[in-house]
Amino acid sequence: MTKTLNNRAWFFVLPVFAIVAFSAILPLMTVVNYSVQDTFGNNQFFWNGIGWFQELLDPSSQLGEQFLSSLMRTLLFSAIILLIQVPLGIAVALSMPREGWPVALCLVLMALPLLIPWNVVGTIWQVFARGDIGLLGWTVNSLGIDYNYTGDPIDAWVTIIVMDVWHWTSLVALLCYAGLKSIPDAYYQAARIDGASRWAVFRTIQLPKMRRVLLIAVLLRFMDSFMIYTEPFVLTGGGPGNATTFLSIDLVKLALGQFDLGKAAAMSLVYNLIILAICWVFYTVMTNVDAERERVEA
Amino acid sequence: MSGTIAVGSSDVEPVAAPLAANRALSGPRVTGRVVVMTLYLLFLMLPIYWLVNMSLKTNMEITSGLTLWPRDLTFDNYIKIFTDESWYSGYINSLTYVLINTVLSISFALPAAYAFSRYRFLGDKHLFFWLLTNRMAPPAVFALPFFNLYSAIGLFDTPWAVALAHCLFNVPLAVWILEGFMSGVPREIDETAAIDGYSFPRFFVKIFMPLIASGVGVAAFFCFMFSWVELLLARTLTSVTAKPIAATMTRTVSASGMDWGLLAAAGVLTILPGALVIWFVRNYIAKGFALGRV
Repeated sequence: MTKTLNNRAWFFVLPVFAIVAFSAILPLMTVVNYSVQDTFGNNQFFWNGIGWFQELLDPSSQLGEQFLSSLMRTLLFSAIILLIQVPLGIAVALSMPREGWPVALCLVLMALPLLIPWNVVGTIWQVFARGDIGLLGWTVNSLGIDYNYTGDPIDAWVTIIVMDVWHWTSLVALLCYAGLKSIPDAYYQAARIDGASRWAVFRTIQLPKMRRVLLIAVLLRFMDSFMIYTEPFVLTGGGPGNATTFLSIDLVKLALGQFDLGKAAAMSLVYNLIILAICWVFYTVMTNVDAERERVEA
Repeated sequence: MSGTIAVGSSDVEPVAAPLAANRALSGPRVTGRVVVMTLYLLFLMLPIYWLVNMSLKTNMEITSGLTLWPRDLTFDNYIKIFTDESWYSGYINSLTYVLINTVLSISFALPAAYAFSRYRFLGDKHLFFWLLTNRMAPPAVFALPFFNLYSAIGLFDTPWAVALAHCLFNVPLAVWILEGFMSGVPREIDETAAIDGYSFPRFFVKIFMPLIASGVGVAAFFCFMFSWVELLLARTLTSVTAKPIAATMTRTVSASGMDWGLLAAAGVLTILPGALVIWFVRNYIAKGFALGRV
């Protein structure tokens, strides 16, 4: 579909531009403003130049070390999440019932965790994983495994990862399911005539057709797991020690807890730039996939 | 080939009749599929069951030992929430800002999505990406500046502050979803309507809107969802009068220890609105999660 060039279309876009700019650019300017200043409270600010940024990106300073370790934890978390949720989501999508009421039932039940407020998700797992009153914690402990997510860093990580798998795998599954549904019947008939194996059907028909939705899934899951705050904050509060202190938790601690506005603002900007850079790569890949497909269709 | 490749224009491939396509969707063998699905759903439902189970117990029963179902069934926790104003006002506050946000997001996004789906204009791709970057901005980054901004303009602790703040990520999302659905509507319809003498506003409301009704529904659902589940901004921008339910829940930690039953009941009640809206969009949900572009 070719689109016509019409610069008056800007009038349609203007309201959106205005409302998003109001919520995005003004606060962003505040952040930039803070990031080059130091404060001793009482609304007294002093020019600090790029001091905070230098400290932040210098791993030998205390702030830099803290930043680097939270960044590494967040990246590790995102990587684990993607490695688990993408294959699991595909498997679940392939296991969806084919027709009738089971489809609606599965869709509704699968989507349910996605609509629970994030702090309630934290609360649910906080309760569920407790050794004394939670089903999971109690069962694991009575199997003879010593499990305590508030005391042991590994247990805390496992709990947070299981929680996130519980919370978000359905998103990947629903996306893949949408991709699978769009495959025309003729493709499968052709495969059947060719006597293609189950694996061949997956490799040559289903996976390529899911490529586009999988990209969206990876993009969304990366963004959201990289920004995760509420769920681990409620579940572990970043502990034990600093074991589950992700970037966003660190940031909120700095900004709202210690009111270290300069440091927090500098960190916000670097944090935001990292997400932006990675997402730009994803986005470029995605538009290229689209472009390629339009070329094939044209 | 022109250089006008739509950013994520929707698929124009023919879709086979749903029934036939369904039957042919070959997956692993039936038994294997049922096992995977059952295990997965069980995994999803267990924690939720545990919450419901706990909400129907007395605190005595919760702390005294593990019981798989309430032995001493009680609805006291729910009654407390529905009769204590400090509790139920939290729900009203949450629903208020969520609804304001949904209406704002959709009405702002509709014309913009139309422009993106139909026209090329100066800086369109850059603008589209910029909009999306706001969906990617961590709320943690914006919490403090938002607090300053909304305090300065006197909206702090009102539903409007939260509703406007949530527009940051909901408007781009709504534009993205609606653009996907609109690109699926052939341009010829616009042209035919113009030839038939429809003015643009009349065409948009009378002809175009019904065609993308499911898209509007899905976009509204997503705005509702992301506004409902977000807490960090909602909590930062409110203190007393507009406090969301999710923030009220932290009150159950009191001097006399945790009131687990009450906490669980409040949690269950936050799940219900979501469950209700899913039911209405269940047939479009898969396409919606693919942001209208499958």
